[in-house]
Amino acid sequence: MKTYKQLFSELSELKRSALIPFFVIGDPDFETSLRIVKTSIDAGADVLELGIPFSDPIADGPTIQKADIRARNCGMNIQKAMEFVRKVKDYRDIPIGLLMYYNLIYQYGTEKFFKDCYQAGVNSVLVADLSIDDADEITSPAAKAGLDTVFMVTPNTDPKRMKLIASKTTGFIYTVSVLGVTGSREKLSDTIEGLVGKLKKLTDVPVCVGFGISKPEHAAAVASAGADGVIIGSKIVGLIESNLGNKEKMLAEISTFLGDVKVALEHQSN
Amino acid sequence: MKYKGRFGDYGGFYVPEVLMAVLEELEEAFYRFYEDERFVSELAKLSKDYAGRPSPLYHAKRFSEYVGFKVYLKREDLLHGGAHKVNNTLGQGLLAKYMGKNKLIAETGAGQHGLATAMIGALFGMETKIFMGVIDIERQSVNVHKMKLCGAEVIPIEGGTGTLKDAINDALRYWTAHVTDTFYLFGSACGPHPYPTIVKHFQSCIGKEARQQCLDQIGKLPDMVVACVGGGSNAIGIFSGFMDDKDVKLIGVEAGGRSLSSGKHAATLVAGKVGILHGAKSYLLQDKEGQVHETESISAGLDYPAVGPEHCLLKDTGRAEYVAAEDSDVLDAFELLSKTEGILPALESSHALAFLCSQKGKLDSDTIAVVNLSGRGDKDVSIVEERRPLEN
Repeated sequence: MKTYKQLFSELSELKRSALIPFFVIGDPDFETSLRIVKTSIDAGADVLELGIPFSDPIADGPTIQKADIRARNCGMNIQKAMEFVRKVKDYRDIPIGLLMYYNLIYQYGTEKFFKDCYQAGVNSVLVADLSIDDADEITSPAAKAGLDTVFMVTPNTDPKRMKLIASKTTGFIYTVSVLGVTGSREKLSDTIEGLVGKLKKLTDVPVCVGFGISKPEHAAAVASAGADGVIIGSKIVGLIESNLGNKEKMLAEISTFLGDVKVALEHQSN
Repeated sequence: MKYKGRFGDYGGFYVPEVLMAVLEELEEAFYRFYEDERFVSELAKLSKDYAGRPSPLYHAKRFSEYVGFKVYLKREDLLHGGAHKVNNTLGQGLLAKYMGKNKLIAETGAGQHGLATAMIGALFGMETKIFMGVIDIERQSVNVHKMKLCGAEVIPIEGGTGTLKDAINDALRYWTAHVTDTFYLFGSACGPHPYPTIVKHFQSCIGKEARQQCLDQIGKLPDMVVACVGGGSNAIGIFSGFMDDKDVKLIGVEAGGRSLSSGKHAATLVAGKVGILHGAKSYLLQDKEGQVHETESISAGLDYPAVGPEHCLLKDTGRAEYVAAEDSDVLDAFELLSKTEGILPALESSHALAFLCSQKGKLDSDTIAVVNLSGRGDKDVSIVEERRPLEN
């Protein structure tokens, strides 16, 4: 199974940032969701961030809330998500990070959850509502199962805390570019360059940036600021939402958009 | 964070990283000011002159006659705004002022906390936004209008079931994007640390007063203290005064909705399972996969699938007992207090009264029960009218 370490060192030799699309597993249904993910791999995705839908996603804006509802309406749950991950891994050995809320893991049973994740081929699990202070509730079962850790840093995380977060991260740091929830934004936050710079000085752990990145030029700007990866969620989830009646068009638009971002990233050697 | 904010294993701060800095700031400010002389005296003055504290303890003799034992009502319904909520909004509002924040946001279910926040926004000249589910806006339209009259903006939340849970989701999302200048005035003794501690602190005046009033008026402590529990702020407020009086039974009454067996209720402590929602570990109404259930109750203020973490601990240790009252019994209790005492209780508080009615004939006549009459029922008249039309 390809690790983050292998991937980021490959990309670093190529002087390229990773393209990391985010999807909610099962949005709008299991089969279409799988086709979407395969399309994104063909379009150049280097890592996948996949969400498991929750009833109360407090870190997510309207676009991903709606995706969660679509996925839940077709019965998505942890077992089915594991089956989904296995199918993606059969298609391509690509690192996969899950992004989800703590209660689902807690009810499933933390140890069993991480064991099942590893067996399915998951590389890491980012728990949106578990801060670094309580991270020990998951870090030891995750490490025991063989998973990497991914934690968030936000523009209001102080440097001392950044160091603590970096010290507990073995995968990559998910850097949130803005104060706020997930969602496409017209303009890229002007604090992001400074934030990435600060993190790169503090740690050797790869730094990826997400939230609000919705254009190829945003991705290029984030890469040139030194980010090791660019995470794009709401923008492409929005392409699913606006093309629910025409799946071929949906896949084509996602493919074109990710292709454009890929080109922008390739031209931006860092 | 300086403290863990745990009650046993319950509570904590299960929030996205972006909220950690602002919760730390809030914790620091609370512990800096809550015993500060100037803060305490300013709050005491406002509690008296603006809110109307102390609230009376009233021996409801005709209601007592009906149930067959002595019932005393802690009259939080007489406070400004018509509910205990003002104790907390004054305290947190003043804290916001001391912290130099000039914008308030709050969630509301029944509209009582929203109204109490809107009042304080007007009092301190702060821009106020109230997040409220669309279903609750419909069933509590009078309170919505009152909030607007106080100058607050009421933001309708369409998501989920359009009730309190969804209002909290969106208030948290809004806060995430406006942490620098906005104070989130949380309404119940739940949510992430430090809110359960802060809300309990500002509501503990209820229990302190009630205990002293019992000693002064009855000459002894009551046998039981009864309060309704949604998130649990009025209950923890009155319980806190009697916590060390081991002979005083503490009873929390949750919303039994249509019935427990129908699944259409909000009786979190009675029927829930431990989980994590809105920043805290607590009992939670959820399916086996951890998706949070939609709740149902005649009272918007109790229509919530989680509960304050300290109540969870009190349940586990047995210090407090939690039961549920169904909608139809709640309506009976509402009508009974109105008829026997001329006091219209809030449907939330009517849950506590319904428990007393269920004890009719089961308790000695010299039993003394203190009930937290946490709010008045004017806001609920149209709901009662619809469910129990009068004959003439």
